[in-house]
Amino acid sequence: MNDAPPAVPAPGGDAVIATRGLSKRYRGGQLAVDGLDLTVPRGSVFGFLGPNGSGKTTTIRMLVGLIEPTFGVARVLGEQMPRAGRRVLPRVGALIEGPALYAFLSGRDNLARYDAADPTADPRTRSARVSAALDRVGLAAAAGKKARAYSLGMKQRLGLAAALLQPRELLVLDEPTNGLDPQGMREIRTLVRELAAEGTTVFLSSHLLDEIEQVCTHTAVMARGRLLTQGTVAELAGAARGRLVVTTPDTADAMRVLKEHGVSDLVVTDDRITGELHVAGPGGPLDLADLNAALVRADVRVRGFGTERASLEDAFVALTGEGFDVAG
Amino acid sequence: MSRAETDEAAEAEVWAGGGAGARAGAVRAPNPLWRLGLVRSEIGTVFRRWRTLALLAVLAAVPVLVGIAVKIQTDDGGSSGGGAGGPAFIAQVTNNGLFLVFTSLAATLPFFLPMAIGVVAGDAIAGEAGSGTLRYLLVAPAGRTRLLLAKYATVITFCLAATLVVAVSALAVGALLFPLGDVTLISGTTVSFADGLLRAGAIAVVVAASLVGVAAVGLFISTLTNSGIAAMAATVGLLITIQILDQIPQLHAVQPYLFPHYWLSFADLLRDPVYWDELLKNLGLQALYAAVFGSAAWARFTTRDITV
Repeated sequence: MNDAPPAVPAPGGDAVIATRGLSKRYRGGQLAVDGLDLTVPRGSVFGFLGPNGSGKTTTIRMLVGLIEPTFGVARVLGEQMPRAGRRVLPRVGALIEGPALYAFLSGRDNLARYDAADPTADPRTRSARVSAALDRVGLAAAAGKKARAYSLGMKQRLGLAAALLQPRELLVLDEPTNGLDPQGMREIRTLVRELAAEGTTVFLSSHLLDEIEQVCTHTAVMARGRLLTQGTVAELAGAARGRLVVTTPDTADAMRVLKEHGVSDLVVTDDRITGELHVAGPGGPLDLADLNAALVRADVRVRGFGTERASLEDAFVALTGEGFDVAG
Repeated sequence: MSRAETDEAAEAEVWAGGGAGARAGAVRAPNPLWRLGLVRSEIGTVFRRWRTLALLAVLAAVPVLVGIAVKIQTDDGGSSGGGAGGPAFIAQVTNNGLFLVFTSLAATLPFFLPMAIGVVAGDAIAGEAGSGTLRYLLVAPAGRTRLLLAKYATVITFCLAATLVVAVSALAVGALLFPLGDVTLISGTTVSFADGLLRAGAIAVVVAASLVGVAAVGLFISTLTNSGIAAMAATVGLLITIQILDQIPQLHAVQPYLFPHYWLSFADLLRDPVYWDELLKNLGLQALYAAVFGSAAWARFTTRDITV
């Protein structure tokens, strides 16, 4: 996960998705997407993160050619969208804003219909493709049922199956675990990891931070139509750095010892002390073992000692200065 | 713009040199024949809907009702030739069951048939948009022009199917309830039953062709909205309005340009020799509507942002 190369925003780099100044203004409204420079490296599992209403879905619709950008350029698989849609889209599988099905058709017939819409799909192998896609998402047993009898989770799986009818270079999954129970979420995430392992680049939008942390190698954060940051998940989480956490009844002594050893930004709440470990300059990062030994030597009774790993949520709060709520 | 496009072309070449180029060999090429699969899928999807089957059932019921009504009335001893009212040719039905075909088509052409077309055409794009399936068809990628052509081809197929359902049902009912035999044409000459049957077939095709215009109007309206119901209602409402306008004598100057104006000219096929003047005007007018509203639908649909 950490060995993935960082995103290189240079044209000519091996980017599956690259946008430059991509913007969309809906009729008479404000900018839904504002000057987006997004680079999705090949082979990555790219988490596209942002609160509801931040412009994720509008961006995705521009990437797959459903919406024409107001300004800027969106390139997918090296070609400009929506102009090159006929060449690009057969290599892209997409799940956009939830599944949409023909309620009066069976699951199998729904897939056959979407397959027939692809002019590069050979009709002679259609039923084999449909069966394979149904198998892949675990819907083979319910394939003959009318889609109106499907649960939300089954519909989501069928939508995913439609995206997997062909081997794809890029999968665009907009909130793929929406409406699923925890078991379903786990299965979808496992599937995403499998697909990524096969070499498919996955572009996954979500408002769930832990989902991005669990499955993604790279991430970009959007809020109010603008891109706040992009990079590897490790980089982003690293930006909000880990803090030292010491639990002790002797807070005063502990504070003194830690301060002597260079821990900065110390905060005490009850019997819990947190502080910044990273020290700029020649002292370098502090060694946890040395700190612990120093505390014990000073007869500080330590109940708990360690670092608190920064999460993407911390990173997000640090970026936006606000909670992870719906953008007003 | 041209400079920008040149830049893009140059840049595209650079990009193709990267990893994208390495995979270019795996890109599947579209096959011209496979493209037709969408039309087949469209037709299959439309005719598997209960709504479509219900519309066809209603259309099939019209000749049955007309046939039974005529039969009951003549069995009472009344002469069928008495009334001047009712649809065209209804007086001849008792003598020759084949005339039930002409009567039924004349009875269904002003409203029943175009309403059924309006439902199917109005729902064509708007219904897919409303249910969200449109975005997946376009991402598949169906291609906007190709999808619109497939939709129009399907509506035209439905026009033909609907007309044939009326004609075949009328022929069956007519054969069951009334005698069949040589056909006396409007011009007074008598032709064989086989010739009459041939003319009935030709009339069914002309009636179906008469619906091409309203189908194009419905398809255009369908590209304007994301609600299938709204598009159907608007198309049917427009049809009724135009039919009313076509009856107002003061508007005779514009009436030749209204799509239903020459609809009943199909009766001219029952003359010997056939009187082509209005038949051709009708077909020309339908072609004009198809061209104008087809282009409008294309212009609208290919530039529209799909936000549902």
